[in-house]
Amino acid sequence: MKGLLENGYRPIDSLQKSPGGRRWTFTEKMLLGLSPREYLNQVLRNPLNWVFAAVFAVGVPLILYRYLFGLGAVTHSSNDYPWGLFLGFGLFVMVPLSASGFLLGTTVELFGRKDFKPIERLALLNGLLGYFFAVVYLMVDLGQPWRLPYPMFVSWGTAAVLFLVGWHVATYLSVQIMEVSESFFEWVNWPNARAYIKRITIGLTVAGIILSTLHQGALGALFTYAPGKVHPLWYSENYLWIFYFCSSVFAGLCMVIVVSTVVKRTMAWRCDRNFLDNLDRITLGLAKGASMALVTYLVIKLIGIAHDNEWAYLATGWGRWFLLELLLGVITPIILFSVAIRRNMVGLIRFTAFLTVLGIVLNRLNTALIAFNWNLYQEIPHLFEAMISVTLFCVYLVTYRFILYRLPVLYAWQSVPDEVYAVELERGLIPGQELVPAPAYQRIEDSP
Amino acid sequence: MSGISRRGFLAAAVIGGASTLVGTPTRGWSANSFDGYPEGMGVLVDLTRCVGCRSCEAACNHEQGLPEPDLPFDDMSVFDQTFHHGTQKRRTDENAYTVVNRYEPEEGGAPVYRKIQCNHCNEPACLTSCFVNAYTKTQEGAVIYDSKVCVGCRNCMVACPFRIPAYAYSSALNPVVRKCIFCYDTRLSQGRPPACVEICPQEVLTFGYRRDLLKTAHDRIRTDPERYIDHVYGEKEVGGTAWLYISAVPFEELGFDTSLQREPILANAQDFLSNVPMVLAIWPALFMGFHRLSTKGKEREEESQSFDREEG
Repeated sequence: MKGLLENGYRPIDSLQKSPGGRRWTFTEKMLLGLSPREYLNQVLRNPLNWVFAAVFAVGVPLILYRYLFGLGAVTHSSNDYPWGLFLGFGLFVMVPLSASGFLLGTTVELFGRKDFKPIERLALLNGLLGYFFAVVYLMVDLGQPWRLPYPMFVSWGTAAVLFLVGWHVATYLSVQIMEVSESFFEWVNWPNARAYIKRITIGLTVAGIILSTLHQGALGALFTYAPGKVHPLWYSENYLWIFYFCSSVFAGLCMVIVVSTVVKRTMAWRCDRNFLDNLDRITLGLAKGASMALVTYLVIKLIGIAHDNEWAYLATGWGRWFLLELLLGVITPIILFSVAIRRNMVGLIRFTAFLTVLGIVLNRLNTALIAFNWNLYQEIPHLFEAMISVTLFCVYLVTYRFILYRLPVLYAWQSVPDEVYAVELERGLIPGQELVPAPAYQRIEDSP
Repeated sequence: MSGISRRGFLAAAVIGGASTLVGTPTRGWSANSFDGYPEGMGVLVDLTRCVGCRSCEAACNHEQGLPEPDLPFDDMSVFDQTFHHGTQKRRTDENAYTVVNRYEPEEGGAPVYRKIQCNHCNEPACLTSCFVNAYTKTQEGAVIYDSKVCVGCRNCMVACPFRIPAYAYSSALNPVVRKCIFCYDTRLSQGRPPACVEICPQEVLTFGYRRDLLKTAHDRIRTDPERYIDHVYGEKEVGGTAWLYISAVPFEELGFDTSLQREPILANAQDFLSNVPMVLAIWPALFMGFHRLSTKGKEREEESQSFDREEG
């Protein structure tokens, strides 16, 4: 990409192709405005793609192997450890990291904090993809994935927490698809569909809050079915669902910081000025939100221990592990965030956000795998299980990048009627090769 | 803007309302009220009588049409088998719905044999955790399973406090949960005792109404207090089970989990589940209220101005 940009490449961000005022065709948009040869060259030149290729070369056959020979062939899931990495990581970690969609949707649309607008679409997309891939991981883990619609259409187990999770994840996924489709409709130029989504935005946002509160919490409540199996320090009959909900708040916010950092460093060409110029300020704001959630989480975790009187466990080996998790994933981030926010150290905030995300990963893996069956024996996931998990995560990254390269998530789409465009082209008002903010004509947000 | 809000509110209310209909436990039974069906059958296991002949394992294998095991049922070397670095004894799996293990009591004396199988809870955790309702607690007391609707999420295995359900991990096309079903199809539904009970040569296993068996168990303990520990395992554990155990050796020495709660497992999730309808009902108004409070007055300003021009 760097070479292309030096040679004057300018990414597509509007309806019309600059010279001549003709509209971009769908194929051109898919190829980022490059010729097929140029496109292929930039794909091959990117070393990251070779890493992905290597991962897929091993991982895809393994996934096929799993469907041909069953879960037993690729996992250490057993009668004692029914859930392994696919759910422990894919579901229990991906979902809290995807809380970003509802959090930023609420901030911008519901509370009217338009100063967070430049990152809203990234947060929504992060949410959608996280949920979608949680379902993908689930499809690998379920014994009979083709029966996934059964809890919706065939047989209802209404007393089960998982029933709630299933329904809410399905509903919320649809809500998120609608939220993200706004940028898709801009890109394919379906103004009516886009206007419709815009009209129901508030409804979608409120639905997002409801569904997120419930199923983020429900993932925690799932473990209340296994009281003796989850270590008491990670278990709380009354509060586990609140722990899960509360931690999803800072998990989602920190994930947006992490993703935006990666985006800024690796695909700045795709971001518009509005995004790049505002990112540091927004990162600071997100960090403030995350620290409030972190402090709250620390307090309620301590209340949880006090409520069940589990202080004695802290002196055991499991207690040290528990304290390490809290120290790395909660207490250190609180300290670092507070220093960084006070001194405007955006770099430190980014590092801390990354640390917090790792803390969440550790917490969810602890509950689902490590501290699960703590009084039985420790299970180490199968090598193939880890490799399939990594493969699916790489598919997630490729999909993420594919969408960010194209849809107006990091930049604003400039849709101008062809007649206006022609006039402006004549007057020399069409922006040149460098990234500049919108010209004199109205940006898309202004149209109703 | 108020038009948008109203529409938005309606949309949220419709989505919220729809989820209320599907996402709330409609089952009226509260966790602590169900003591099992009055005519529910059960089995009393008197561990003092078992000699470890494994004929119950053989009978179960035959009755359920399970594959022949690697070692024959008269091979007693299986009692020496341990797994996971010697920490685990044999357990139920997809090819064995019941298993007998040998335990050496701490105070010495003859070894004690313990048969494990599904305990057929009054309010089973597998049943209440299943999101496709694959499990049924029958009037006769059996907990049976419908493999035709099972999606294979294995939440029932996570939930079972006795770690009984096993999964056919080796199957690619039709993996299902496997566990003791109290010989429901072939025997219990016709009023006959399960195969393991019928074959037991030592009368370790007594089949009958659960309420009668409880009396029998307590009678045996009362008439011979020297012999028995004063506890009927399964009377109160996780809301009560159809299979009951009495023993001369403390239960924790025989691999029983004696730390189990008295309430059914579902009781733990009630706290959360009871909040669900409240969140669905309250959140729309609450957050629409927040919306109105925080955006009122700013709307006109926004309408005349593009969002991305607001910087800093």
